Amino acid sequence: MPKYVSHQQVQNDLKAGKISCQELVEYYLSQIEATKELNAYVEIFAEEARQKAKALDQKLKEDPDSVGRLFGVVISIKDVLCYKGHKVTAASKILNGFESLFSATGIERLLREDVIIIGRVNCDEFAMGSTCENSVYGPTKNAADPSKVPGGSSGASAVAVQIDTCLVSLGTDTGGSVRQPAAFCGVIGFKPTYGRISRYGLLAYGSSFDQIGVLSNSVEDAALFLEIMAGSDEFDATVSTKPVPKYSESLTFDKKAKIAYFDTALNGEGIDEDIRKLSFGFIEDLKKEGHTVESVNFEYLDYIIPAYYVLTTAEASSNLSRYDGIRFGHRSSDAKNIDEVYKMSRTEGFGTEVKRRIMLGTFVLSAGYYDAYYSKAQKVRRLITDRTIEILGNYDFILMPTSPIPAWEIGKMIDDPVTMYLADIFTVQANMVGIPAISLPIGKHSNGMPVGIQLMANKFEEAKLLAFSNSIC
Amino acid sequence: MQIDEKLISRLENLARLKLSSEERHKISGDLNEILKMVGKLEELDTEDVEPLVYINEEVNSLRIDEVKHQLSNEKALKNAPDKDDQHFKVPKVINL
Repeated sequence: MPKYVSHQQVQNDLKAGKISCQELVEYYLSQIEATKELNAYVEIFAEEARQKAKALDQKLKEDPDSVGRLFGVVISIKDVLCYKGHKVTAASKILNGFESLFSATGIERLLREDVIIIGRVNCDEFAMGSTCENSVYGPTKNAADPSKVPGGSSGASAVAVQIDTCLVSLGTDTGGSVRQPAAFCGVIGFKPTYGRISRYGLLAYGSSFDQIGVLSNSVEDAALFLEIMAGSDEFDATVSTKPVPKYSESLTFDKKAKIAYFDTALNGEGIDEDIRKLSFGFIEDLKKEGHTVESVNFEYLDYIIPAYYVLTTAEASSNLSRYDGIRFGHRSSDAKNIDEVYKMSRTEGFGTEVKRRIMLGTFVLSAGYYDAYYSKAQKVRRLITDRTIEILGNYDFILMPTSPIPAWEIGKMIDDPVTMYLADIFTVQANMVGIPAISLPIGKHSNGMPVGIQLMANKFEEAKLLAFSNSIC
Repeated sequence: MQIDEKLISRLENLARLKLSSEERHKISGDLNEILKMVGKLEELDTEDVEPLVYINEEVNSLRIDEVKHQLSNEKALKNAPDKDDQHFKVPKVINL
């Protein structure tokens, strides 16, 4: 079986009769089996995927024009996305055994186009983490070096694509959770504008930050998935009602782009030397192709992470109050009264990182501290947003390394949350502002680990961002 | 700002958590480290800045208030840890 990198390749071979959906599914299932020790999948929908493949092969035979746009496309989904009749647990004990009563809007729209969902993949608990280690299922490992983390929180989605167990994987991105693992695993990771895709059926972490994102081997796939999933939805009042462009049909970029980068980011302390060199090499290549790449002053870089952790933990502490052991999820068997049901179920059900963030969020929202922390961070969010949008008024894109450091050893940062949080410094900006961003693989670190570069564009400029990305990779 | 024992207990209660003494110790240490990092925000003058609350640009997505997309009792109770035919069950709340 060749390694397919785009839906067009798969569909061409299917339509030419070179392969069948059933063969494709068997191949991916054998890949999942062969890479079990990486711990990417928490559940495999083997029989269901086989049945669907069989039905699709039949559908193609009977009426080739009736197949959907994702015919033959096999995907995996992060364990925070609802898929009707299937379990979803956010990699947490508190949702042990929970089964979705409906599908996320994004998933529902993909299914309508004949996508095959092969399984549910690991992540950090409630998408809180940068390593895919904070999971009730244990850590997922990076296939480039299994002693290293795959990044997070959509770490296993990146691994699932990296090891060719599916064509595309769906992740979610609250502060870089799609882009950072994509960079760590050498695949493409794309996060759309806030509100471009409905959040209905995405287990909430930070509701003013969360977005569904796509991990893939090609920009074409990211574009088609966005085109299908995006757009207004009666189940999410915050989703944008703007018309959805045909992203997949406008992937050529024939202009010269004007790109900004921050010297404080690329020449700052804490950036790995190899990543710095690869990034500047990439900038030189862009210049040679006639694009303008200039250093721009951005004075708020060091304030992004502090503001982000105040705001997301506040939102998380509110969002996660629904896990109370009453209507669904884990209930402590030792609880004797209602107060104990709440306290003991939550204490037993949540892992340490989730508790840490709930406690911090509760603190910044509590009487006496609200103005000093929560309100202050919202004001800083406006400063960061206004300045970023101002820069994007003068430039097509902002360029940055996706991560200042390559994938690190499993276990290395688990007891050092502050250092781990700071490693998200380059990805969080896009979520703070709500703009689209993509991570593209640009080479390897001298230690052999993949390195990614990130491009951000203005709100709802996905078409331009994807077309440019497609033209350079 | 320093998180002390008393404040940790207050937060635990507000968050409906009951940490073990080990977790308490670890989390209060972590929170103090995180707050030290967050203290950096004080360097910025935000006197005349309006807080940014909503990231979506469209205001008020309104719809007709009508009953639809309802779950059946059976489905709504499907994931409940303790239930009878029609209700979620909890330990006795009112003591007569």
